[in-house]
Amino acid sequence: MKVDPAVVEETAKLLYIRALKVLPDDIKQGFQRLDAGETDGTGKAILATMIENIAVAERTDNLLCQDTGIPIYNVTIGRGVELDGAALKDAIRRGCARATREYPLRSSVVHPITRVNEHTSCGPLVPVINIDFVDRAHELVIEMIPKGSGSENGSFLKMCIPADGVDGIKTFVVDKVMEAGGRVCPPTIVGVGVGGTSDLCAHLAKVAATRPLGSVCADPEGAQLERQLSQAVNSLGIGPQGLGGDSTAFAVHVELAATHITMNPVAVNIQCHSARRATATFTPAGVTIGF
Amino acid sequence: MTHHDFTMPVTEIQARSLRIGDRVTLNGTLYGIRDATQIHMFDRGRTTRFDLKGHAVLHTAPNVRKVPVSNEFPVGYQPVCIGTTTSARMERFTRPLMTAYGVRLIIGKGGLMDETSRAFADLGGAYLAVIGGTAALETTWIESIVDVDLDDLNPESLWHFQVKGFGPLLVAMDSHGGSLYRTVAASAAERRAAALAGMGVKLGGAKSA
Repeated sequence: MKVDPAVVEETAKLLYIRALKVLPDDIKQGFQRLDAGETDGTGKAILATMIENIAVAERTDNLLCQDTGIPIYNVTIGRGVELDGAALKDAIRRGCARATREYPLRSSVVHPITRVNEHTSCGPLVPVINIDFVDRAHELVIEMIPKGSGSENGSFLKMCIPADGVDGIKTFVVDKVMEAGGRVCPPTIVGVGVGGTSDLCAHLAKVAATRPLGSVCADPEGAQLERQLSQAVNSLGIGPQGLGGDSTAFAVHVELAATHITMNPVAVNIQCHSARRATATFTPAGVTIGF
Repeated sequence: MTHHDFTMPVTEIQARSLRIGDRVTLNGTLYGIRDATQIHMFDRGRTTRFDLKGHAVLHTAPNVRKVPVSNEFPVGYQPVCIGTTTSARMERFTRPLMTAYGVRLIIGKGGLMDETSRAFADLGGAYLAVIGGTAALETTWIESIVDVDLDDLNPESLWHFQVKGFGPLLVAMDSHGGSLYRTVAASAAERRAAALAGMGVKLGGAKSA
């Protein structure tokens, strides 16, 4: 299967705009589940407004949240896919810039030192483009995630040591959820990276934070940690918007990697309730858009 | 719990009448302000021609479309999506906004901290919480973009919005020392030990650095 950069460019543009407008079904269902279990009056009222906002965005064809985020494109390349990798990256970048100028979207991206905004949602190494390969035939998947800053500022890394054990990991996650409070726009998905190097650990936390609700860590130890931490953070009473209630997080997600005998790193990356993403799947039959 | 329907601007007495848990709906003028706006105003000596006395500022940077100037779009900006950003980054600007410009109400999400509580008590102000991430809804409360200043900072310009029925907003911090955020944080701190014990964490879960 050959992939045409011109189609990638159009798709990258479309995915950015769509992700900002339509929330995935798993997140909508997550809201229904939280709403059903919320016992705090303020918390329940806030959840109702969030659910109303999802409907208003669809009815008025508007963005769910004003924060257009830092654009992230996750590209997964299957077997037998023929493409020019450099052209693919350029095409994604052009599509991202065109979405911003042509819609127009607020460009939320600035140079980190000059703070100059090019009004393209692009800058040095942004959009973030992650590329991976999978053992699936004739399939290319591009996932777009506009990562909002309120929750991205709720990112933490600690190079725990082996003597801290799993207790050190659990304590760190609970303390960081408490520290973040309402600033990260709860209810959230708390992404936790465990193991690896410092950079891999932080990346795993992002993968965990942006995974669909209902998905489970492939490692059984990680899956158990997810269940324990989900219960723990939702017992703190932080609630929607940090104004009190049961619904602090839709879930805690964990991703893990092997690490060094001297290391025990843990990272937290938080996804706000506007857990936006959009996906395009390229196959020989054409391009399918989904979540 | 009282519901206050304000047409802006408000007086110190009106601002001090607000108590945490009250609801507020705003009408008339609302100013939009953000990190870069306040960094330039308070750290780099820039000023605005707008009179913010008695007014509310919203922590925002909107999505806008450039259009020809008309009665509907007096400065050539059409609102696309206007929502609220996290307030905590702008904590140190609350007092200067109040002393230098007479701002009475701050609207944001996620709350502000102790220095803001002290400024509200000293000067008469309150923090009104919007529900973050509900910008599609919030946009329907905004009638137009009336004016804009410091627009070289776009989208972090100083925006003058005309609003109708902006709210209901929750009074989350008041001028009497009340803060719903502080109450929730204290409650969470009390529940921390049980949350850790529930996961089998030993050693009382020494607080992580």
